[in-house]
Amino acid sequence: MAEVIRRSKPLSVSPLKTSQPLGASLAILGLNRAIPLLHGAQGCTAFAKVFLVRHFREPIPLQTSALDPISSIMGADDSLLDGLRTVCEKHRPAAVGLLTTGLTEAQGTDIQRVLKIFRERYPEFQAVRVVPVNTPDFSGCLESGFAATVKAMISEWAPLEAVNRIRRRKSDHSPRRVNVLCGASLTPGDLEVLRELIERFDLHPVFIPDLSDSLDGHLDAEDYNPLTTGGTPLAAFATLDDAIATLVMGASLYPVADLLHERTRVPVHCFPHLFGLDATDRFVMTLAGITGQPVPAALTRQRAQLQDAMLDTHFLLGRARIAIAAEPDLLHGFSQLLADMGAEVVAAIAPAAASILPQLPLAQVHIGDLDDLERLVCEHEAELLIGSSHVTEIAQRLGLPLLRAGYPLHDQFGGYQRAWIGYRGARQGLFDLANALLAHAEHAVAPYHSIYSLKADERREARHGATQASTDSSRWH
Amino acid sequence: MKASDLAALRDEPACTHNQQAAKSGCARPVPGAAAGGCAFDGAQIALLPIADVAHIVHGPIACAGNSWDNRGTRSSGPALFKLGMTTDLNEQDVIMGRGEKRLFHGIKQAIDRYSPAAVFVYSTCVTALIGDDLDAVCKAAAERWGVPVIPIDSAGFYGSKNLGNRIAGEAMVKYVVGGHEPEPPPVDPARPDLTVHDINLIGEYNIAGELWNTLPLFDEVGLRVLCSLSGDARFREIQTMHRAEVNMVVCSRAMLNVARKLHERFGAPWFEGSFYGAQEVSSSLRQFAALLDDADLSQRTETLIAREEAHIRAELAPWREQLRGKRALLYTGGVKSWSIVSALQELGITVVATGTKKSTEEDKARIRELMGEEAHLIEDGNPRGLLDLVHAYQADILVAGGRNLYTALKARLPFLDINQEREHGYAGYRGLVTLARELTRSLESPVWEAVRRPAPWSVLSSSAGGRKAGGEERSLCELEKAHG
Repeated sequence: MAEVIRRSKPLSVSPLKTSQPLGASLAILGLNRAIPLLHGAQGCTAFAKVFLVRHFREPIPLQTSALDPISSIMGADDSLLDGLRTVCEKHRPAAVGLLTTGLTEAQGTDIQRVLKIFRERYPEFQAVRVVPVNTPDFSGCLESGFAATVKAMISEWAPLEAVNRIRRRKSDHSPRRVNVLCGASLTPGDLEVLRELIERFDLHPVFIPDLSDSLDGHLDAEDYNPLTTGGTPLAAFATLDDAIATLVMGASLYPVADLLHERTRVPVHCFPHLFGLDATDRFVMTLAGITGQPVPAALTRQRAQLQDAMLDTHFLLGRARIAIAAEPDLLHGFSQLLADMGAEVVAAIAPAAASILPQLPLAQVHIGDLDDLERLVCEHEAELLIGSSHVTEIAQRLGLPLLRAGYPLHDQFGGYQRAWIGYRGARQGLFDLANALLAHAEHAVAPYHSIYSLKADERREARHGATQASTDSSRWH
Repeated sequence: MKASDLAALRDEPACTHNQQAAKSGCARPVPGAAAGGCAFDGAQIALLPIADVAHIVHGPIACAGNSWDNRGTRSSGPALFKLGMTTDLNEQDVIMGRGEKRLFHGIKQAIDRYSPAAVFVYSTCVTALIGDDLDAVCKAAAERWGVPVIPIDSAGFYGSKNLGNRIAGEAMVKYVVGGHEPEPPPVDPARPDLTVHDINLIGEYNIAGELWNTLPLFDEVGLRVLCSLSGDARFREIQTMHRAEVNMVVCSRAMLNVARKLHERFGAPWFEGSFYGAQEVSSSLRQFAALLDDADLSQRTETLIAREEAHIRAELAPWREQLRGKRALLYTGGVKSWSIVSALQELGITVVATGTKKSTEEDKARIRELMGEEAHLIEDGNPRGLLDLVHAYQADILVAGGRNLYTALKARLPFLDINQEREHGYAGYRGLVTLARELTRSLESPVWEAVRRPAPWSVLSSSAGGRKAGGEERSLCELEKAHG
């Protein structure tokens, strides 16, 4: 159980937090042939775009309703209608994520109503699915914006009743499909691991949303795409009820799981994260339970490898003093992995409140910024930092190693394909944590130069020192 | 900000965009087909390089949270500008109107903890919309704590990034310039009789430290750069800008208003120039000498130019050999559209087309002068169109801003980044060598052939390829039979 300590200072310095619309855009980018449209000023989109482009090193489709002073004050419905029309006309997307920002939320926009007008005025774009989501900048963080958007997708596109399920039950054979709700903490690399785990039980996972297909950094045959290439096909939503189970990855998506269960009646299995041995065990046992199949030998092997890695690294990680700055679900995963190893998380920072935070296996969680991280690291003498590229400066300043995770990762390559989950992800994670400590920590006793030393090099040092004395007695050194 | 003030900034009289019949002021963006930043983005970009200032963004998280720690600009000293600071307003702050209070205490926090030379406060969409009184809070905070607190009224919805640059410049002229008198220049013991002239560089952002390629040149000829607005600048340097004898607007039309106002108020003449390409560097140095009307300075400048140009010519010879005949498609805005053309041409590269979206008639005339009458000018730089032009003109490399980097890479095209996020300094004589090196690095890379080659099995499995492969197999069998 963790005590959650709220922000008390007026200024956020070196923010950890990124905005809800950015997280919402990310979720939309996990849909096939989709584009997010941010209802706000141009900068809302430009900043989010640069942020995501630098993280993924990919072109990122993102558009804006480009508010100006007049539309900001007199009403921006026309800008939004223009924006929707232009995006539909130019790119013919399968889906548009219609996302609000701080500006339009403060203004009091009603995107549901504008969308209705759009539908009436432009019947030619009926085929374009639009998902409206309220994502003000002044509440939540990347993770909550992501979750709100996944919830809106389910709310808009999941079947209203479990029709397929009922029909299927009549035909009397159980489906092999599983729905997987994927939270913001999962990287495209994590999703690949997850897919492999699930497929080992002859199940067919449908990821919602699917960043592993759209943002895994692959080279397309086409030279230019104004929309996402890959991601969850929209058709998958209509058959969400035709699945044997729904797996939920991340506590941030629990409310979405409730909604999906209400609509489809498909049994739900929730996992706050898949970091470390216990969490992965529980996941594997769930898959075995769903299918009634034995656990494949390869997983038994991977599990034994993780156990071995835990043994090897516990010399370094046991009682290691670690500081983490991350979004709530990722913070949860890392703190569990480290708790399993007997490491101490001496500083934990989350960008915004989340209902899972009090349950983290930690003493305290601070809602704060990277300036708080730096202060706590000094106060509690942390030895290693876990955080995004924004933590690099702090790590350098304090001369501490940094394991990069979260958003953004722009000062290294391939951050987005890094897998943390499952037996293998945990194993590599432990190696990297231990290696970081190994490279930085001074384990040996620092050299001592006796004032009596006869060694030529040390005598020279002694001459520079204050004391000049006989050096005979320490000859045997 | 008052509508009339905004309109005045948008219709900057010194900007030749506003002297054209068809165009007036900065164009309005098109919803759903807009690219680029907002006024806040522009204001922040223009001022953030001032290294010893605490830059506070007053608004909800997106404006600072999504954009901080994102510039290629460098400082030779303080690193305060690299800290992102924001009031990070939450829903309650917005509803209950607690923004001003939070800002006031935020300014105190910044002053207490970091002892900045000054605090700059940027307003954003939400704080402008809810009517926070930025000027009043800044004034009260400055009086209370005795540190200059400068309001930058830069809500994103005011307009484009370009407009934001001007808002930033306007704030400097209004609140900062003239606040401090520069000390007389120190006497160089080697040249005690030298008359040192004071100048400003406006719109030089020290991207990748490229200002440090040109500063030694100014030192040598006896020009003291009072302030570079804003690359590697300090607050105090900006306060002395009114004492410059000549202002140079470097490579960007965005802060023309600063040069114009300094001219109006303090009489210093100004000119537009560039440091990209040897010819441009030389011509900018000559402009200073001409405007200052100092024969000695002219002579020193000519000596320096002769030496540096000879030196760079020799150094570039092997690079020119490698780059000869290569074709580049250039897409970048404004002044850079011609200044980079000339730099590329000096390297022996043929520029097949260049972007002119932000260029004026004057810019276009210079482009024609450089590229010939039939030069292809690209008005609209949407990614699809750019790629089509690359193919149509058989360009070997795309030279453009970071936003087009992955456009090029996905199309398996060599690329050179020319915008503010880049890692290399191309300005000055020395920068030209860096430019040549980076161009060849991408052009000569062996990866292009590899990434264009299809997978061998995909060639076999496609229908036409399949038949061909079958044919080959048959002939192999026949060959074996023949041998057998």
